[in-house]
Amino acid sequence: MNPAPDDQTRRATAASEIEEPSSAQTPERAPPASQLRLLGWARKNLFGSLPNTILTLLAFWLLWEILPPLVRWGLVDAVFSPAGGAASCREATGACWALMGEKNRLMLFGVYPYDQHWRPALATALVIGLLATSAVRSLWGRWLIWAWAVCLAVVGILMWGGVLGLAYVETAQWGGLPLTLGLAILGIVLAFPLSILLALGRRSDLPAIRALSVGYIELVRGVPLVSVLFMASVMFPLFLPEGVSIDKLLRALVGITLFTAAYLAEAVRGGLQAIPRGQEEAADALGLTYWQKMRMVVLPQALRLVIPPIVNQFISCFKDTSLVTIVGLYDLLAATKAALADPDWRPFFVEGYIAAALVYWSFCFFMSRYSQWLERELAKGSRR
Amino acid sequence: MRAKRQGGMRALIYSARFRGLVYQVVVVAAVIALGWYLVNNTLANLAARGIATGLSFLGREAGFDIGEGAVAYQASDSYLRALVVGLFNTLSVSVVGIILASTLGLVIGIARLSGNWIVARLATLYVEAVRNVPLLLQLFVWYGLVTALPGPRQALQPGLGLVLSNRGLKIPLPVWHETYGPVMIALGVALAGLFFLRRWAVARQYRTGQPFPWAAVGIAGVIGLPGLVFLAVGAPLEWDLPRLAGFNFQGGGTLSPEFVALLMGLSVYTGAFIAEIVRSGILAVPPGQTEAALSLGLTRAQTLRLVILPQALRVIVPPLTSQYLNLTKNSSLAVAIGYPDLVSVANTTINQTGQAVEGVALVMGVFLVISLSLSWLMNWYNSRVALVTR
Repeated sequence: MNPAPDDQTRRATAASEIEEPSSAQTPERAPPASQLRLLGWARKNLFGSLPNTILTLLAFWLLWEILPPLVRWGLVDAVFSPAGGAASCREATGACWALMGEKNRLMLFGVYPYDQHWRPALATALVIGLLATSAVRSLWGRWLIWAWAVCLAVVGILMWGGVLGLAYVETAQWGGLPLTLGLAILGIVLAFPLSILLALGRRSDLPAIRALSVGYIELVRGVPLVSVLFMASVMFPLFLPEGVSIDKLLRALVGITLFTAAYLAEAVRGGLQAIPRGQEEAADALGLTYWQKMRMVVLPQALRLVIPPIVNQFISCFKDTSLVTIVGLYDLLAATKAALADPDWRPFFVEGYIAAALVYWSFCFFMSRYSQWLERELAKGSRR
Repeated sequence: MRAKRQGGMRALIYSARFRGLVYQVVVVAAVIALGWYLVNNTLANLAARGIATGLSFLGREAGFDIGEGAVAYQASDSYLRALVVGLFNTLSVSVVGIILASTLGLVIGIARLSGNWIVARLATLYVEAVRNVPLLLQLFVWYGLVTALPGPRQALQPGLGLVLSNRGLKIPLPVWHETYGPVMIALGVALAGLFFLRRWAVARQYRTGQPFPWAAVGIAGVIGLPGLVFLAVGAPLEWDLPRLAGFNFQGGGTLSPEFVALLMGLSVYTGAFIAEIVRSGILAVPPGQTEAALSLGLTRAQTLRLVILPQALRVIVPPLTSQYLNLTKNSSLAVAIGYPDLVSVANTTINQTGQAVEGVALVMGVFLVISLSLSWLMNWYNSRVALVTR
């Protein structure tokens, strides 16, 4: 591994003649044992001291106890082919992935008419595609807002139908992943303007407006989402004049929007607070009105800072949409639950929930990684 | 005269204070108008459906059973009592959940920073897996697992007298003995002694600079004094163990399957978030602090207690408060797996009486009170650990 010593000295001398005479005095040495290959690495990171060794052995024991049975259950003894139905799963000792072959459509799209499933599938693909496009920073621009508007319109036409020869499907039949995605995206988009108003109100000089904003934000943040959804589902019908009814899906969406707005408002307030006071004073000195000052000076700077927290809020909104299960909507979780209500497949609930969890997990994990990356990316300009 | 009045009007219009006042009056009036419109519609709708408003329904007989609770309750009791049972169930699952989640979060948070590669990796795996999956889904899985356990006859017995079956978790309870009174008194005396000992030790150290190992002496006293009394009365320890009788277990304490599932779900989920908070808190203390403390001659334990922890806590406490609040609010997901918490009982009440407005308002009010008092408590603690500037 080491070159012969005289060879080494010769090379060092040759180098020293050209640039650095001092380096000739320090001969090359082998790296310390702790940085040497796998064994040295293990010695440093796994068996550095007695407590460390005990911890490592404990961890290995834990893995030994968990991993082999898990692999046996999930892969070796598992049933993958849906051909044999639930009966073949009951005979096997492993996981029943055949469930997914049998129930994937129900889990993904809920009770949407079976022969029309291409519509929610296309709508979901469109939305995911546009989400991915919006994540690319070099594509950010005003056109994205238009793209989203067009996309939402197309998705609306696809889901509802009733035009262009598509059969009409009422919202009560919507379900699965499209519903989860739709509630999360619309919830955050609709909550955004409201949250800006609330954040501005909370920092306003006018006491009555400040009190109203603080009251709303603290009230909503103090109660669970479940109670807001209950309010939306049982109280909204009472709020409206007699004879006017409001769609169940819309009620849940309004509840989620009102809830998210309070949390988002706090994120926006964080951005507002980070803008130096001098910016506002300069805008005042230029004679800008309050709204001009906010629209042209403060908000453009503040909202840039708030993008990563907004993505984080979107993640928690995405997870929170699973609560609409409780008020009787068929989102991804409720559709999974419905699929598992079939007595034949009921024993294999763990497999069903693992599949749904993977869908949620992949969305949330990639979005949270994206938000971390974005935070670093946006901070580049201000880093010295 | 006229010009002056015009000037007055103009000054009024251009006066920022006057315009501010007008805006506020307009906004408040709009909010009141909206509220009045909603209340009016609601009253009309309720009248049309023949539902009486007001809280008088609370006194009526509830007529439904509640599986568990610290407060004695039967179906013939009032709705108010049922709601109180629900409230106590919410509080008990929240308090136990907060303790478990904090312990789990502390361990996992430290493990993520461990120099041991495999331990750090396992902790990261846990945090990333748990944080990115909705809590409700995790609750369904826990509940499914607990109810899929074998029946009482094939129950799992992991030791310590614990019995785990699809009827829940049975735990052994110590049988109350009349001599326990003096033991409890001794414990109280020892705790009071610890409090005064600490005050004396801190005062003495300020005065003379001499430290006194009050913690070690105090803990010895708190364990020793009741222990001595316990031995003096003859150590009459007897456990009420769960044992199989017929188709179920008799004796011992019971944690219902719903409680166990909810508790596991809440603790495991919140624990992952607390782990991240603990990690960021510890990372926020610069390594120079440890080096400086050690070079001053403090021991490792003193460095941790006097230098690292106070600074880490400053970063940890505010987000920890909101996690505790989240756990308490998330306990309302109990309604999805049938644990009789406040929201679940209120939901049944609303379904039976139709008193939706009052029911939802009660739930929101109670949670608001819990949230505000918990955040007040944590703010008080935070002000004690916060950095004092100028």
